[in-house]
Amino acid sequence: MATDKYYVPESSPWPLAASVGLFMTAFGGAHFIQQATDPDKFQGSWGMPLFFIGLATLLFIIAVWWRDTIKESVGGLHSKQLGISYRQGMLWFIFSEVMFFGAFFGALFYTRWMIVPWLGGAGSNAMTHELLWPNFQAMWPLIKTPDGTTTQAMGAWGLPAINTAILLTSSITLTIAHHALLEGKRGKLIGFQAATVLLGVIFLTLQVEEYIHAYTEMGLTLDAGIYGSLFFLLTGFHGAHVTIGTIFLFVTLLRVIKGHFDSENNFAWEAGAWYWHFVDVVWLFLFVVVYWL
Amino acid sequence: MSTAATAHDDHHHHAPTGLKRWLFSTNHKDIGTLYLWFSFAMFLVGGLLAMVIRTELLEPGMQFVDPEFFNQMTTVHGLAMVFGAVMPGFVGFANWMIPLMIGAPDMALPRMNNWSFWILPFAFAILISSVLMSAFGAGHPSAPNFGWTFYAPLSTEYGPASTDLFILSVHMMGISSIMGAINVIVTVFNMRAPGMTLMKMPLFVWTWLITAFLLIAVMPVLAGAVTMMLTDRHFGTSFFNAAGGGDPVLFQHVFWFFGHPEVYIMILPAFGIVSSIIPTFARKRLFGYASMVYATASIALLSFVVWAHHMFTVGMPLAGTLFFMYMTMLISVPTGVKVFNWVATMWRGSMTFELPMKWAIAFVILFTCGGLSGLMLAITPVDFQYHDTYFVVAHFHYVLVSGAVFSMFAAAYYWLPKWSGVMPNKLLGELHFWSSLISVNLLFFPMHFVGLAGMPRRYADYALQFADYNFWISIGGFWFGLSQLFFLAVCVLCALKKGEKAAAKPWDGAEGLEWEVPSPAPFHTFETPPVVK
Repeated sequence: MATDKYYVPESSPWPLAASVGLFMTAFGGAHFIQQATDPDKFQGSWGMPLFFIGLATLLFIIAVWWRDTIKESVGGLHSKQLGISYRQGMLWFIFSEVMFFGAFFGALFYTRWMIVPWLGGAGSNAMTHELLWPNFQAMWPLIKTPDGTTTQAMGAWGLPAINTAILLTSSITLTIAHHALLEGKRGKLIGFQAATVLLGVIFLTLQVEEYIHAYTEMGLTLDAGIYGSLFFLLTGFHGAHVTIGTIFLFVTLLRVIKGHFDSENNFAWEAGAWYWHFVDVVWLFLFVVVYWL
Repeated sequence: MSTAATAHDDHHHHAPTGLKRWLFSTNHKDIGTLYLWFSFAMFLVGGLLAMVIRTELLEPGMQFVDPEFFNQMTTVHGLAMVFGAVMPGFVGFANWMIPLMIGAPDMALPRMNNWSFWILPFAFAILISSVLMSAFGAGHPSAPNFGWTFYAPLSTEYGPASTDLFILSVHMMGISSIMGAINVIVTVFNMRAPGMTLMKMPLFVWTWLITAFLLIAVMPVLAGAVTMMLTDRHFGTSFFNAAGGGDPVLFQHVFWFFGHPEVYIMILPAFGIVSSIIPTFARKRLFGYASMVYATASIALLSFVVWAHHMFTVGMPLAGTLFFMYMTMLISVPTGVKVFNWVATMWRGSMTFELPMKWAIAFVILFTCGGLSGLMLAITPVDFQYHDTYFVVAHFHYVLVSGAVFSMFAAAYYWLPKWSGVMPNKLLGELHFWSSLISVNLLFFPMHFVGLAGMPRRYADYALQFADYNFWISIGGFWFGLSQLFFLAVCVLCALKKGEKAAAKPWDGAEGLEWEVPSPAPFHTFETPPVVK
């Protein structure tokens, strides 16, 4: 039941607590990375526990924060206008995510169209090529770097194509679930949403399989030059977002079972769906420009 | 503008008291106050670092600090001022004023608002801790030392250990900024009082709306840049390493794709503030309201296609150079529209020169100086001469200090009566203004000359021929720094409610919803939305 009055929540300890959690995550994380990757230079091992304590604190605080929000929503404190605020906020958040991926896609295009040809002597760079790495050949995927590291390119038509089919299917099942939500058909909603979550898990499993294959058999690693760097950061951040999206959809699935949503009051559900479609679209771009072309 | 329902002191909610009020706040006014004090604190911290720089540069030769420490000072000074003083300062004004200006009960997402704020002190604790450790010889031997632009490979291959702390603190600042910006946009789009159409909004709201859009668009790109740095440093990636097929220049492109919109993030709210203040004290409507809105939007859109003007000397294809040069020069058109409109607003107005107006007029003149030197820098062949000299330092300090910071002083004197219920102390305010105005020019104007004569920025020492100018620049620096103590006194007096009591509308030419609530503004305002006719 929605009220007309805008709900301005009473004071809350969670933002401050979440900041403390974030602080420990960041401060611990920086030292964790240093101590783990360069143990000779950075003694000690306190970074890792601090990072995980921070992360656990952050996740726990966010969970109780959102539990409070859910209670308020179920308790009918949220007005229609607040629902609109949430929806707009989510859309702008997704826009920020688009720009985050944009940085890495931008790096990819700049590498393919500028850096690699220039290193190979294109444009006015004949002398750069001649003096720095005369044996370097411009190509994409860059399977041999200027300093001679070699790797293999990940083809598009094996696992990646299957993963594309899986994500596209998951978008369809989620849309069917969405229609079921709006029509109030609970059984159909639960079935198709569960299928979507399952498809997400399958996607992630295959992605892990692909990474293992890349590392153990193809020599395609993070330190195999710019192709590996871009491949793993783009697909890795995408995979992280699929993980978050899967958890998101799983939580809203539980809330569906608890009966929290109806055709009117369903912000969290739709936010999860939007997020999932966003992750899907990013994958399509990835498939085309990272794997295929 | 008139309202059907005016706000009233709400007695059934009682405001939380004590420490909890500030730590757990969901109130836009309290959070705004926190932001503003935080910003002022960082302004003083960043200022102290600048004092170290100016002390070393008082005379040629090495006197007080070693060059390694000097580099840390220039770096952290820039970071503290950009991310700690200017950005949070404007967020503070947004928090306080946007809900009041559009007749909203609060920001749209109050708890997230508090989170945006509380991330900042922790992020800066991480950053500043590395400076303290460096200064007192404990822990990390060096704070970040690569300039606020942290170019690779200075920040990747050669960056000190504290670079990783810096990276994570930038991530935190980014999270804070993005959440803050989402809050502003949603508040503006969804919380306006009935009748407050978009084209009736005060320009401060408009400029902040566009600023928030820029923040959401570019802070994630900065996050991407520092993430690539982190993986280059520790996980063997080759983004900024040519031997692996990457390119250090890629860093500059990614950074400045963030960095150029960022400079507009730091000036658009200032445009909004000045556009609120000048009509009040000229007692005329703002000249060309609609053109101001369109000019702001044009500046914001152009800001996405000018980034490589920071990189002319790095080299790029000729077509790119020309494109970025022309686009950059094009920005002066909407900016010129704005300056014209401010002047036209004052034209034949019944002008009075209260403190906010003094700062606003100083802003218009000095910002325009900075804008003109920017136009000079936009011309590629000329930039080859100016690049990385003190001319650039002069340029961006004119737009940032006598631009952005002056606008914040203007805003503070303008709205302090509303926030605190007392008028800012006039004598201290006048001293603050005149002392700052003279010293800021003594500080930054001669930098143009030494820059044109070839003095490079970011060096701890300089050739003898620059000695006289640098002496006076340093004197101007210390003077400007000390002048800010007047402002500290003004703020403390207002916070303690010492001073002449302020009316609900202390400036007789002022218009807008914020003047229809009592001074000081009650804890909750516009719980029932006013109707704007």
